[in-house]
Amino acid sequence: QMQMKNCCFMWLHAKMDLGVALLSTHRLIWRDIKNHECCIAMPLSQIIYFEEQAAGIGKSAKIVIHLHQVPANKEPGPYQYSKYSYIKLSFKEHGQIEFYRRLTEEMTKKRWKNTPVSQPIPTGTGSQAGKTRAVGIVGIERKIEEKRKETDKNISEAFEDLSKLMVKAKEMVELSRSIANKIKDKQGDITEDETIRFKAYLLSMGIANPVTRETHGSGTHYHMQLAKQLGDMLQAPLEERGGMMALTEVYCLVNRARGMELLSPEDLVNACKMFESLKLPLRLRVFDSGVMVVQLQSHSEEEMIASALDNVSEKGSLTAEEFAKLLGLSVLLSKERLLLAEKMGHLCRDDSVEGLRFYPNLF
Amino acid sequence: MSFEWPWQYNFPPFFTLQPNVDTRQKQLAAWCSLALSYCRHHKLYTLDVMEAQESPMFNNKKIERKLSMEAIQVVFEELRKKGNLEWLDKNKSRCLVMWRRPEEWGKLIYQWVSKTGMVNSVFTLYELSNGDETEGEEFHGLEDWMLLRSLQALQTEGKAELFTMDDGKGVKFF
Repeated sequence: QMQMKNCCFMWLHAKMDLGVALLSTHRLIWRDIKNHECCIAMPLSQIIYFEEQAAGIGKSAKIVIHLHQVPANKEPGPYQYSKYSYIKLSFKEHGQIEFYRRLTEEMTKKRWKNTPVSQPIPTGTGSQAGKTRAVGIVGIERKIEEKRKETDKNISEAFEDLSKLMVKAKEMVELSRSIANKIKDKQGDITEDETIRFKAYLLSMGIANPVTRETHGSGTHYHMQLAKQLGDMLQAPLEERGGMMALTEVYCLVNRARGMELLSPEDLVNACKMFESLKLPLRLRVFDSGVMVVQLQSHSEEEMIASALDNVSEKGSLTAEEFAKLLGLSVLLSKERLLLAEKMGHLCRDDSVEGLRFYPNLF
Repeated sequence: MSFEWPWQYNFPPFFTLQPNVDTRQKQLAAWCSLALSYCRHHKLYTLDVMEAQESPMFNNKKIERKLSMEAIQVVFEELRKKGNLEWLDKNKSRCLVMWRRPEEWGKLIYQWVSKTGMVNSVFTLYELSNGDETEGEEFHGLEDWMLLRSLQALQTEGKAELFTMDDGKGVKFF
């Protein structure tokens, strides 16, 4: 027997004794066990959710199926209206577990979405988000579910590019690792030139080459090329800035210009270290404080210090900030210049709660 | 007569210990000179370090600068090395300031002794520092401990001999 509590679809009343519940990819069908002509069907898309009710004393196992509201285009059935929003399938003998499992499967796969149904069945708006209203707890649950799906979708879309990138990166890392291994294994077979090329290729991807014995001391082809490029690129900016730029400024400038294939800080430093050996007109210089700058070879330190002394004498005293403003330099570089002048004995310092000031050395 | 401050006293960097070695040497020399002349002017023979930090000697209120405790200790160490300062305690909180070293005092005293033809005479310490005859001499009013050291210095040079009498110490000049 099927207890029919919901008559929102075409359920035949009264003479529903023993029957068979059939499940297709699209519908739930009940068919009278004796009269096969007598059958009713309901599209699966109408199901919001379903639950098991365990068997008890005098009670058989049941599956309770909660349904959406009546769609507008519902075909005429045995009942036009019912106050219930669910149906119960009562399994007298057996099959509840299996049926539940299958129903779960079909509801998960939702295959009715993919293939259109031949028979005219009111499909309703089914699992479309947000259109149908439902009341009570079921309605709230549905809304939560819909929202979750929507969020999921947005996140997935947002991360699509990133996951594609990660997949590509993974491929590249694998590739370079295998190349590195091949180099290691075939040490004798690969030519010098090829080895250099591969090493450069790996370095340019920022992957430490396990094979290389030399450090940046003797340089790599890549760094040499880079150094030459920098030599050309930095000439004008350096001249604009009085012949000296902090390495951090260079890093920003160069990478902004490149746009793609950005340089790592390591690569930049290694390239800059090669200026002198490549006879380029630039120098990498490290101050006592550890600040690194790139300066034009033609840059004269004595001139800088002499002019610093003039500036300070003229103003009586200067802080690093004031000096920076005066010269249009960064505070970092102006401080370095003042410190250097102090080191040379041209300036002395006044360190107080007001800050650090430099005076001409009158001692 | 008011104390004449050296030009450095109004130069703010004077109150910052200079990192440049050469500059620092000149700075410290100036500080030693200032400290000694200040003490001489005010006839200070002992200093308390805490008080000194607040005194005008190390604190120029006009330009709002003063020497840090660290710097003061460096200056005092310089003075000690030159023989112008002696610590009175292990904690270095009080010291004797000898803006004239004992040897220098000794020399002055001996000069006066020989000038007045008093060689081979005997004096009590009191007579030397507070006697009428020494009025107007620089060493007049010299504190006992300093006088003693000065005479001890002369003694080392063989120009005097200290001895103890009933009511104090005495000295004979040669």
